[in-house]
Amino acid sequence: MNALVYLAQEAEEQSPLVPPVPELVIGLIAFAIVFFFLAKKLLPNINRVLEERREAIEGGMEKAEATQAEAQQVLEDYRAQLADARHEAARLRQEAQEQGAALIAEMRAEGQRQREEIIAAGHSQIEADRKQAAQTLRQDVGRLATDLAGRIVGESLEDVARQSRTIDRFLDELDHKASTAADGSKAEAGR
Amino acid sequence: MSSDQTLAFETNCHIFDGCGFPAPGLHSFKFEPLFSVGGFDFNKPMLLALLGTVAIVWFFWAAFGRAKVVPGKLQMVGEAGYDFVRRGIVYEALGKKEGEKYVPLMVSIFFFVWVMNLWSVIPVAQFPVTSIIAYPAGMAAIVYILWMSLTFRKHGLVGGFKNITGYDKSLGAVLPLAMTIEFFSNVLVRPFTHAVRLFANMFAGHLLIVMFTVASWYLLNGVGIAYAGVSFVMTIVMTAFELFIQAVQAYVFVLLACTYIQGALAEHH
Repeated sequence: MNALVYLAQEAEEQSPLVPPVPELVIGLIAFAIVFFFLAKKLLPNINRVLEERREAIEGGMEKAEATQAEAQQVLEDYRAQLADARHEAARLRQEAQEQGAALIAEMRAEGQRQREEIIAAGHSQIEADRKQAAQTLRQDVGRLATDLAGRIVGESLEDVARQSRTIDRFLDELDHKASTAADGSKAEAGR
Repeated sequence: MSSDQTLAFETNCHIFDGCGFPAPGLHSFKFEPLFSVGGFDFNKPMLLALLGTVAIVWFFWAAFGRAKVVPGKLQMVGEAGYDFVRRGIVYEALGKKEGEKYVPLMVSIFFFVWVMNLWSVIPVAQFPVTSIIAYPAGMAAIVYILWMSLTFRKHGLVGGFKNITGYDKSLGAVLPLAMTIEFFSNVLVRPFTHAVRLFANMFAGHLLIVMFTVASWYLLNGVGIAYAGVSFVMTIVMTAFELFIQAVQAYVFVLLACTYIQGALAEHH
């Protein structure tokens, strides 16, 4: 109990609201130590690290953005290339079609030409053959007719010139008759 | 003095023994010196204050001493605490630009006050250093000197005076009265309440815990045991409550400090 009485007396001596100087000094020193270490070393330390971390995170984000932009770029390039390729393919197809058409037309023209050539050649051949045949026929017919006439008449017609003139006149008459007949039939067909 | 001193109450005193309740009081906040050096008495709160200082510096040294971009566990905890004060209090009250240079001071004050409060519930120590008025008063004095000097440095002598006294022409005839009240409120009462708010909270909290602890022991006789049980439960509850109050008071102390500085830097009061 003595202790309590003593302490009660001491408590009365000093109000709890009056700061005792030794405690004040110790408190300020203690705080000064804390403040010194935190303000001078440790908080600048952590601030630097936080800043580094912020930069690292933002750097990472920037990197990610760059990568995304690159990917986008690649995609666009690819799409452009694809469009180009499609365009090119269409163009080639078109060209091929055109070329094909031109080739066909050309071949058709060539065929036409060849056909006409062949026809023309045929015609001229026929004409030549006909001429030759007519020539041969004329000679043969003349000779045969002369032979025949000679036999019938019993004498040979010695005068060759007269002979051939007579034959020619005969044949011309025949020709004339034939052409008149042909004209007549043509006119008939035309009407 | 007997060895009872270290426990702050008589150990051999129980109810029904013809022994009065050894109620805790102001004497619970007085300590015999642990040792004396040339008239300087070194007592338990001083020891706790210095141990707390060592603990804070040790913790932040371990957390931030070799801080890494990818933090370890301790650094993560330290960063959470640091960020709480920086963003949660300083930036909120002062803004990022103005507040940045007060961050180290505020972080120091917060953790200093909190750890000094925390001693209240740490076994063996079990005494909040801040329930000795000198410790909160020291903190409050630092903040007071800071915001007063900021006021006059920012606004000049007359402007500073106007800032402190809330000079406002539109008040007209009431102006002298208003200025007088503002002067008292800001210059004289403010540092006092700043310190006492923290001191009184920790003082009362410690008193409550001691009260229930002493009662638990005192009632431990006969039928009183039932009451002792209730009292013991209350001790636990009050200890948990104190944990909450300790953090809140540290927060409030720093928040007020920031508000005072904000007022000093403001263009118009």
